[in-house]
Amino acid sequence: MLSIRNLHARVGDKPILKGIDLEVNAGEVHAIMGPNGSGKSTLSSVLAGREDYEVTDGEVIYMGQNLLDLEPEERAWAGVFMSFQYPVEIPGVKNIYLLKAAVNAIREHRGLTELKAAEFLKLVREKLKVMQMDEAFLHRNVNEGFSGGEKKRNEILQMQLLEPTLALLDETDSGLDVDALRVVGEGINRMRSPERSVLLVTHYQRLLDIVKPDFVHVLTQGEIKLSGDYRLAERLEREGYEGIEAA
Amino acid sequence: MSQQEIDRLVDQDYKYGFVTDIESDTLPPGLNEDVIREISTRKGEPVWLLEWRLEAYKKWLEMAPPEWAHVDYPPIDFQSISYFSAPKKQGDGPKSLDEVDPALIETYNKLGIPLEEQKMLAGVAVDAVFDSVSVVTTFKEKLHEAGVVFCPLSEAVHSHPELVKKFLGSVVPQNDNYYAALNSAVFSDGSFVYIPKGVRCPMELSTYFRINQQNTGQFERTLIVAEEGSYVSYLEGCTAPQRDENQLHAAVVELVAETDAEIKYSTVQNWFAGDDDGKGGIYNFVTKRGECRGDRAKISWTQLETGSAITWKYPSCVLKGADSLGEFYSVAVTGKKQQADTGTKMIHIGPRTRSTIISKGISTARGQNAYRGLVKVLPGAVDARNFTQCDSLLIGDQCGAHTFPYVEAEEPSAQLEHEATTSKVSDDQLFYLRTRGMSEEDALNMVVNGFCKEVFQKLPMEFAVEAEALLGITLEGAVG
Repeated sequence: MLSIRNLHARVGDKPILKGIDLEVNAGEVHAIMGPNGSGKSTLSSVLAGREDYEVTDGEVIYMGQNLLDLEPEERAWAGVFMSFQYPVEIPGVKNIYLLKAAVNAIREHRGLTELKAAEFLKLVREKLKVMQMDEAFLHRNVNEGFSGGEKKRNEILQMQLLEPTLALLDETDSGLDVDALRVVGEGINRMRSPERSVLLVTHYQRLLDIVKPDFVHVLTQGEIKLSGDYRLAERLEREGYEGIEAA
Repeated sequence: MSQQEIDRLVDQDYKYGFVTDIESDTLPPGLNEDVIREISTRKGEPVWLLEWRLEAYKKWLEMAPPEWAHVDYPPIDFQSISYFSAPKKQGDGPKSLDEVDPALIETYNKLGIPLEEQKMLAGVAVDAVFDSVSVVTTFKEKLHEAGVVFCPLSEAVHSHPELVKKFLGSVVPQNDNYYAALNSAVFSDGSFVYIPKGVRCPMELSTYFRINQQNTGQFERTLIVAEEGSYVSYLEGCTAPQRDENQLHAAVVELVAETDAEIKYSTVQNWFAGDDDGKGGIYNFVTKRGECRGDRAKISWTQLETGSAITWKYPSCVLKGADSLGEFYSVAVTGKKQQADTGTKMIHIGPRTRSTIISKGISTARGQNAYRGLVKVLPGAVDARNFTQCDSLLIGDQCGAHTFPYVEAEEPSAQLEHEATTSKVSDDQLFYLRTRGMSEEDALNMVVNGFCKEVFQKLPMEFAVEAEALLGITLEGAVG
């Protein structure tokens, strides 16, 4: 589904990704772990199409097309979704309005008919229930005044509605208390399917206790230094990144 | 392909830029007493009105154009403008829609304003003003049953002379300012609304102003009187063809709200804005003022200003009655090389008078947007209150936003609050929305509409939708 080959990217003059190679097949969950400043968030931003980053070398093939040639919205239409580490506030725009516009924009590009207000409301209520969110969320302005945990739930709610083929989850566990972590983690688990792949960028192992990845990669200084299965995450938890780097 | 068609293809974003090919009676350019006499004669006006015009003209001659606004334009040659233009009438003018020139009906259809009553927006009566004259007013019968007068001002001069004489110039005096004086001398047509005591106007009233002729100024004058305990909601819309020359639009609007009366006045202004380099476009120099004469009267101005090369207007409220209320909700967008200097004046005279000002300025491309507002509290306006919120949104880095709030409080018990913000549409916001499948333009529209939400909510339902669509057209090409 996703092939990343020799990916190099920089911000301004500063190289951040220095040759990433990664193969993600349909149905797999990959965790990207690494210390602060290792390039984890850059990787998901580059994959989602943020313009602040300049790709200097390498390629990314997603479902047979060159992902880096696509605009962010074209990536979304093609089934790429990114859950933000810091979801952005949009003052004056109600959450339900954004959700409905997003769902219908993506449906349109999948050749599906627009969901009417009543159909959409039914769908969104189902998903709210999964995420244990109150309906009042729908009528608040997008991310405005949301707590950290509320913002992250809202991101996963969007993922549930948009049903992506490739989900990039950037530090989705940061800022969550134990209960919220469980809800968010289970929300992600519900989305696992043979057709859907997940790239989980995280700092800590705790989310991986709930969302068990098929593969774990350790990213340090812009390169994947080590790959393995779930046990690698446990080892990291014991030995820390320094232990791994020293090894 | 004609030049006109080429122009239309090149600049598709102003879809109201077409010209109606219709035979017109247009006075030659120039302004003097004879021209004013001629206008008055053509309209068959009574002597008192001609004298009123001439008096205004004399005052205008002694005045100078205002120079304090944050706008920049070459001096206007008032002798190069024609002060009267009317579609040629057959006989005495249309008695019903069947007698209106089909070219005019077609014009308003193209503007999305069908004049045939069966096709109209339910519950909205329309007065259509084309260049200097009103061509048709719909739903007259129904309004008549309710006792509401809604007709061209030129008609009201004959049908309700005592009302016109009593109220004309009573809110905006002839010599109020340079452009108001000019308007008083040469005003052509506009709407007259009279809501009798205790009547709630059964439908929205709406006037659509259209400038068609070249080198013609439009000087409409609107007068709305709401008697004790009455209510009316009124909306005006404006468009003009795309031309290379600047055209002057100097209107005056006067509102009178008596005890317990309420007037809600909404504007969707989309005059031609000129091209990307500032060539052409309308100079929109307008004086709008309402007086809350009675206790608990309420006047509310809501405006969406997207058009015009230059906008200079300050819809104001004079709060005389005790507990009277003034409101101003504004969205002003400047793109291309547009300039806007707009805001409001709230004059608190009566005790416990209250006012609210919500102003949203959006600047993009090389647009310059200034908010200018005055809150004045006179001695005796005990416990007067004002809340002002002024937000500016910048898109791109060649535009400008400016805020000039003036406060003159002469009553110690007054409470005045002022909040102001300036923000930019952030790349983060656009990126976030794009990852959710929205195109860059849709993303921008969503952010801007969110910014304007508080104001759009004040527009009548039918027009809020139109306002959002209009904003979308105006912002086309603002990113990317």
